[in-house]
Amino acid sequence: MAKKFSQEHEWIEFEGGVATVGITDYAQQSLGDIVYVELPDVGKKLTKDGDAAVVESVKAASDVYAPLDGEIVEINEELDANPALVNEAPETEGWFFKMSLSDESQLDELMDEAAYKEFVEGL
Amino acid sequence: MDQQTELLQTALYDLHVELGAKMVPFAGYAMPVQYPLGVKGEHLHTRAKAGLFDVSHMGQVRLTGENRVAELEKLVPGDIAILKPGRTRYSAFTNDDGTILDDLMITNAGDSLFLVINAACKDDDIVHMRANLGDGVSLEEIDDRALMALQGPEAAEVLARFAPAVADLKFMSFAEIEIAGIACFVTRSGYTGEDGYEISVPNAQADALARKLLAEEEVEAIGLGARDSLRLEAGLCLYGNDIDTTTTPVEGDLNWIINKRRRAEGGFKGADIILDQLANGADRKRVGIKPEGKAPAREHTPILNADGEEIGEITSGGFGPTVDGPIAMGYVAIEFSKPGTKIDLMVRGKARPAEVVELPFAPHRYFRG
Repeated sequence: MAKKFSQEHEWIEFEGGVATVGITDYAQQSLGDIVYVELPDVGKKLTKDGDAAVVESVKAASDVYAPLDGEIVEINEELDANPALVNEAPETEGWFFKMSLSDESQLDELMDEAAYKEFVEGL
Repeated sequence: MDQQTELLQTALYDLHVELGAKMVPFAGYAMPVQYPLGVKGEHLHTRAKAGLFDVSHMGQVRLTGENRVAELEKLVPGDIAILKPGRTRYSAFTNDDGTILDDLMITNAGDSLFLVINAACKDDDIVHMRANLGDGVSLEEIDDRALMALQGPEAAEVLARFAPAVADLKFMSFAEIEIAGIACFVTRSGYTGEDGYEISVPNAQADALARKLLAEEEVEAIGLGARDSLRLEAGLCLYGNDIDTTTTPVEGDLNWIINKRRRAEGGFKGADIILDQLANGADRKRVGIKPEGKAPAREHTPILNADGEEIGEITSGGFGPTVDGPIAMGYVAIEFSKPGTKIDLMVRGKARPAEVVELPFAPHRYFRG
């Protein structure tokens, strides 16, 4: 399935029953140099729009919200040693976590790439 | 954008925009928080070579008149009478409670005292001075000059290309020097822990001078973001965070700004409280804090002892690019202020281990001649 996007600047890729989540290139650019990413524990239940992760730049800490209801099944351990991956490859190797979904229909509420692009241009 | 247009602009505003700076509101001014190089890159560049900072938002004030030294000494705990012409001192305006209204630089410019005060405090500072400086002192707010800082190990070499005389200035010294033909007030000082200069230049020539300096290959433009991480690594206080009207100089670990004669004589606002704390100790103290691991602890993070009791609060915290890890400053109860003391920091509901450490995190590299 093609990537989906949230208004909170996350991307979601849903494949084989699991959604991979990260922050968009737009988000990493506005955050600047990322120095620390705090990821949820595997097994943690997430509620759409609730706290999911924290990303820290030199200047400030920013919350990352859960784009969907579900449960964490895997986190990107690589980000602990190399948080700059989020700057370098935000929409590929810099993914944050993978989650199972409680309600796949929530995916329909997210934007596709064209809609997200338009959303960002309007900011 | 409406907000942006209401903000004051420094003489370098157009240059910042042209350089691609991200402009943010700061103390009523539109200021560059970072350039395309980014906070981390700008920070590391300043430590490695030289960075140019626009600090024109800060207030510049000239005091003249026969009684200027004695009158100013009523408002600050520093020995200003001992300052020779061409020498600069870091000090603070205290109030009757013994706490800090602002920190500032005081230079004996020969026929006058030249002060540099914080942007967010400048209006209040001027009111305070006008109300308290007695007869025979005139205060002139210098609003026709920009202020920039050139900081870093290669700052001296770069600036000397335009004004050889700057090479001889020592740390915390001042001279009126022509740089590339422009009449400047130059102080060898800064807010990064590095060698460097603060340069007061007429607004009309500020842009030209900044462009000349930026054209040198060692120099990059540096924003407020890196200015903050640089000063935090250098263990320097940010007014409003680390010191304010709730902290005394003794609590702020600034005993060194209360000079010997003033300790004996007093005669500055809040002297009774401050001198009592000097003699008998304060209940709390500003310390350096090194979080274990990688998670930064930001301002207002509660500090706990081993029993989970709150013993203080972080006042500045973030990531130090030179240290390559999280760093912080904060206040702790005096019994926990010894370097090596283990503490916990309550970040997002989780106690995380940290240690009280000596400041600075990055060694000062001032030019003392």
